[in-house]
Amino acid sequence: MYEGPVQDLIDELGRLPGVGPKSAQRIAFHLLAAEPADVTRLQEVLQKVKEGIQFCDVCGNVSEETTCRICRDPRRDLSVVCVVEEPKDVLAIERTREFKGRYHVLGGALDPLSGVGPDQLRIRELLSRIGTTLDGVDITEIIIATDPNTEGEATATYLMRMLKDFPGLTVTRLASGLPMGGDLEFADELTLGRALSGRRAM
Amino acid sequence: MYVRHLQVTDFRSWAHADVPLEPGPSVLIGANGQGKTNLVEAIGYVATLSSHRVATDAPLVRIGAPRAVVRTAVVHSGRELLVELEITPGKANRARINRAPAGKPRDVLGILRTVLFAPEDLALVRGDPGERRRFADDLLVARTPRLAGLRSDYERVLKQRGALLKSSGAARRAGRGGDISTLEVWDGHLARHGAQLLAYRLNLVADLEPLVAAAYAGVAPESRPAQIRYRSTLGADLPEGYGVPGGPRADAEQLETLLLESMAKVRSQELDRGVCLVGPHRDDVELILGDAPAKGYASHGESWSFALALRLGAYEVLRGDGVEPVLVLDDVFAELDRRRRQRLATVAAAAEQVLVTAAVAEDVPAELDAVRYDVGEGEIHRVR
Repeated sequence: MYEGPVQDLIDELGRLPGVGPKSAQRIAFHLLAAEPADVTRLQEVLQKVKEGIQFCDVCGNVSEETTCRICRDPRRDLSVVCVVEEPKDVLAIERTREFKGRYHVLGGALDPLSGVGPDQLRIRELLSRIGTTLDGVDITEIIIATDPNTEGEATATYLMRMLKDFPGLTVTRLASGLPMGGDLEFADELTLGRALSGRRAM
Repeated sequence: MYVRHLQVTDFRSWAHADVPLEPGPSVLIGANGQGKTNLVEAIGYVATLSSHRVATDAPLVRIGAPRAVVRTAVVHSGRELLVELEITPGKANRARINRAPAGKPRDVLGILRTVLFAPEDLALVRGDPGERRRFADDLLVARTPRLAGLRSDYERVLKQRGALLKSSGAARRAGRGGDISTLEVWDGHLARHGAQLLAYRLNLVADLEPLVAAAYAGVAPESRPAQIRYRSTLGADLPEGYGVPGGPRADAEQLETLLLESMAKVRSQELDRGVCLVGPHRDDVELILGDAPAKGYASHGESWSFALALRLGAYEVLRGDGVEPVLVLDDVFAELDRRRRQRLATVAAAAEQVLVTAAVAEDVPAELDAVRYDVGEGEIHRVR
């Protein structure tokens, strides 16, 4: 145990995800030795992130203004919306540079064990978004990109059921299967099994 | 297949043990509490990544040591693989195959296959249905490692749906209706995973039943005939012939529909009680001796022989898949009369490798007493 503020700092850092007691201690002593200006900058950023960041009115992604950068971008395809669980999933899909549409962040997945039902997710917002025409363009495709685990699959099924009655709307789900550049022999049986059942004609 | 070498460090009572083994029968003799079972437990752990005695890993590590290491050299159709497992309680295990780190410890499943019979197996006959479900599911995973994923998915969906039933039930009692639309989503997932698990189990029981009956007749020929039957929550709705030897193979899609129908029938009961009432998690593998259930009616010796017959049946099922598993008989002979000992020895002596533990050498029939190790005072020596 260290004295006073040092131990407090270690305890606080240790609460962060992915930071164990050893790492917390290392970061704390790094901060102690750092230039005062560096620490002040970190302090300011932390403050700003809590006060200045809000969630986009349209998609629910983290944003500096009322509408996020992606939703404001006029080059984006207004007819396609990709539904993801968390803001970090938006970043993951953006990195592909394949997707030119816009996003809808649910803020989680159906998880009754943690008390998360449809009302805790931004599903109502998604439905009203689909109903409205923006700049004369209707949403014609929804890509469901929730995680391929139990909760993500349940959320996808739920969305499919809610969306299937919209006229002229295509609902798709991300494919799951083998990673690119990988070897078949190293794939685990579950992934390979799924890839096999989701095979396509060439 | 056989284990050519076993090496353990800080495993249970063993600081270190180095045991060269060979195919055929080997017997480990030692007084109580000398660590015979610990050695065969280590072999079982490499095969299943779980112990037959405890549910958590902490007791597997020698008191005071940070981690336990188990190394086995497994020979299968002339090819030798070295499997090394590092067990650290509270952390993920680390596995190495032929000295190269394996991506996931699960990758070692299937390299070594064992069928282990231990005194704990009496619970298969006398215990709750959960014991028999685990027996069936463990055997499924041993046959098809992929099913470990199905099993954990099913358990996850079951927990989620149970939580939803509890909260929706409470909401309904408070007059707020509850959200039925998400319940239907979970119904669908439970039925899909449940139907697959159910189909695998039914087909397994169909394969297993004649083998268990034959094994029981082999060990206890003077006794009544033994039978096993799968009892599903679907009850009379289960299509005829499913789970019965020679019957049709179970079709998961058909079972999915049946499970959904069955769930719809008990919906309000489920909401009242906050529990999932339909699905393979409430099924049982019934053990029948003559025309009475073994549980409650069988004598001690009969129960013991039945448990043994289940394991021998499992052994035959795995052998039927083309791989001869290592047979481990932990402390079984002391409980059997001389005739049953003799019969078991005849069956076991045919296996590619049998490891037998016993406290008293006289308990082990001569057929199995070819290679003998003495276990005592933290050491193990080959005596012949």
